[in-house]
Amino acid sequence: MALHAMKPSELAKKVVNKEDLFILDVRTEDAFEDWKVEGENFEYKNVPYFDLIDGVEDIMDDLPKDKEILVVCAKEGSSIMVGDMLSDEGLEVSYLEGGMKAWSEHLEPVKISDLNNGGELYQFVRLGKGCLSYMVLSGGEAAVIDANRMTNIYTDFAKEKGVTINHTMDTHLHADHISGGRALAEETGGSYWLPPKDATEVTFDYQALEDGNTIKVGDTNIDIQALYSPGHTIGSTSFVVDEQYLMTGDILFIDSIGRPDLAGKADDWVGDLRTTLYERYQNLSEELIVLPAHYMILDELNDDGSVQEKLSVLYAQNHGLNIEDEDEFRRTVTENLPPQPNAYQEIRETNMGQITPDSEKKREMEIGPNRCAVR
Amino acid sequence: MNVAKTLDATGLACPMPIVKTKKAIKDIETGEVLEVQATDQGAKSDLAAWTKSSGHELIDTDESSDVLKFWIKKGE
Repeated sequence: MALHAMKPSELAKKVVNKEDLFILDVRTEDAFEDWKVEGENFEYKNVPYFDLIDGVEDIMDDLPKDKEILVVCAKEGSSIMVGDMLSDEGLEVSYLEGGMKAWSEHLEPVKISDLNNGGELYQFVRLGKGCLSYMVLSGGEAAVIDANRMTNIYTDFAKEKGVTINHTMDTHLHADHISGGRALAEETGGSYWLPPKDATEVTFDYQALEDGNTIKVGDTNIDIQALYSPGHTIGSTSFVVDEQYLMTGDILFIDSIGRPDLAGKADDWVGDLRTTLYERYQNLSEELIVLPAHYMILDELNDDGSVQEKLSVLYAQNHGLNIEDEDEFRRTVTENLPPQPNAYQEIRETNMGQITPDSEKKREMEIGPNRCAVR
Repeated sequence: MNVAKTLDATGLACPMPIVKTKKAIKDIETGEVLEVQATDQGAKSDLAAWTKSSGHELIDTDESSDVLKFWIKKGE
């Protein structure tokens, strides 16, 4: 049997379509426990590749005969080695091309909606890491919100759509992934917008994103209104797009809320977080569709692969919006927090321009789940 | 440190550093030390996990330069 290569985009379709798949993950046990390819109908077996160098006979009985098998490792080398051995045993198997690194870097564009006057809104779902970014297209122009490091994905998409990226903006200074906002603006000659309160230590020029700013995309009048909404960071800013969509950054997710501790100031920012969630957002139209910058669990993914929900539904169902007691809220978001994202300090420094790691190092820094929420 | 054998696995990508290490350690006696040089960053966690599961001991590492160095004491 020949060994097949499965591209991250093919794997993404299997996740979104909730297909069956058996994943043989040959990374170390620690790496597997920390982070893996999540799929609702995926089954897993983890055996480090170094236990299989002398042969795969020992695991043959544990592999299904009637299910598609995908071998996964960090970069792909070990999965090819193990995949070849399984093929020699007569099994039909694939390996994940580029491994977990490529999986972490794959963005799946999902159309959220048409906007007024021919505009469009796309969500880019980073399935391997749970990051969400957005492109607003209108009248030959585009704005990208919370761009990830892989800027070529946005420039290729813009080219395909025949639009020029004029604006990139970050809702806040990210701690879990390296922002592509600045690099993308440099490549396209656009403006990079960042909330000034998150930018006090940055080493580059930027456009100050402030409460009440309106950024127009194209001549057809798609507005992106900035709404100051601190709590995850002191500068965190939301956007209201075309009066229909609320981009909440890392403040409010579908099934969770933002954590206030990633810049080491949980106690200072917890009050801001409560005010934003329990007052500022409460004053907005409940008809707005919430588009966050992350998702944490597969349940947050809709059937079409998008992550979105009406604000009214979140006020009814999201536990983080229904904690009456202020002290209890404080405890929820400051105590028993999940581990912090991998290399979050270095990621913040990179996003501030203070350090400039090479691309291999950037990849390493971003390994693992995003961990930006409290549930 | 008394190194019985040195393995140059620089420039090799996973899985080769471990494949070669596994082979090289057969050439030394229990209690002797194998020095492994590698440039693949993944070697750090993989060698640590492999020595643990295979009964050898990772006694020291040097990650200060581009060439990573590992010293592995052969187990029983």
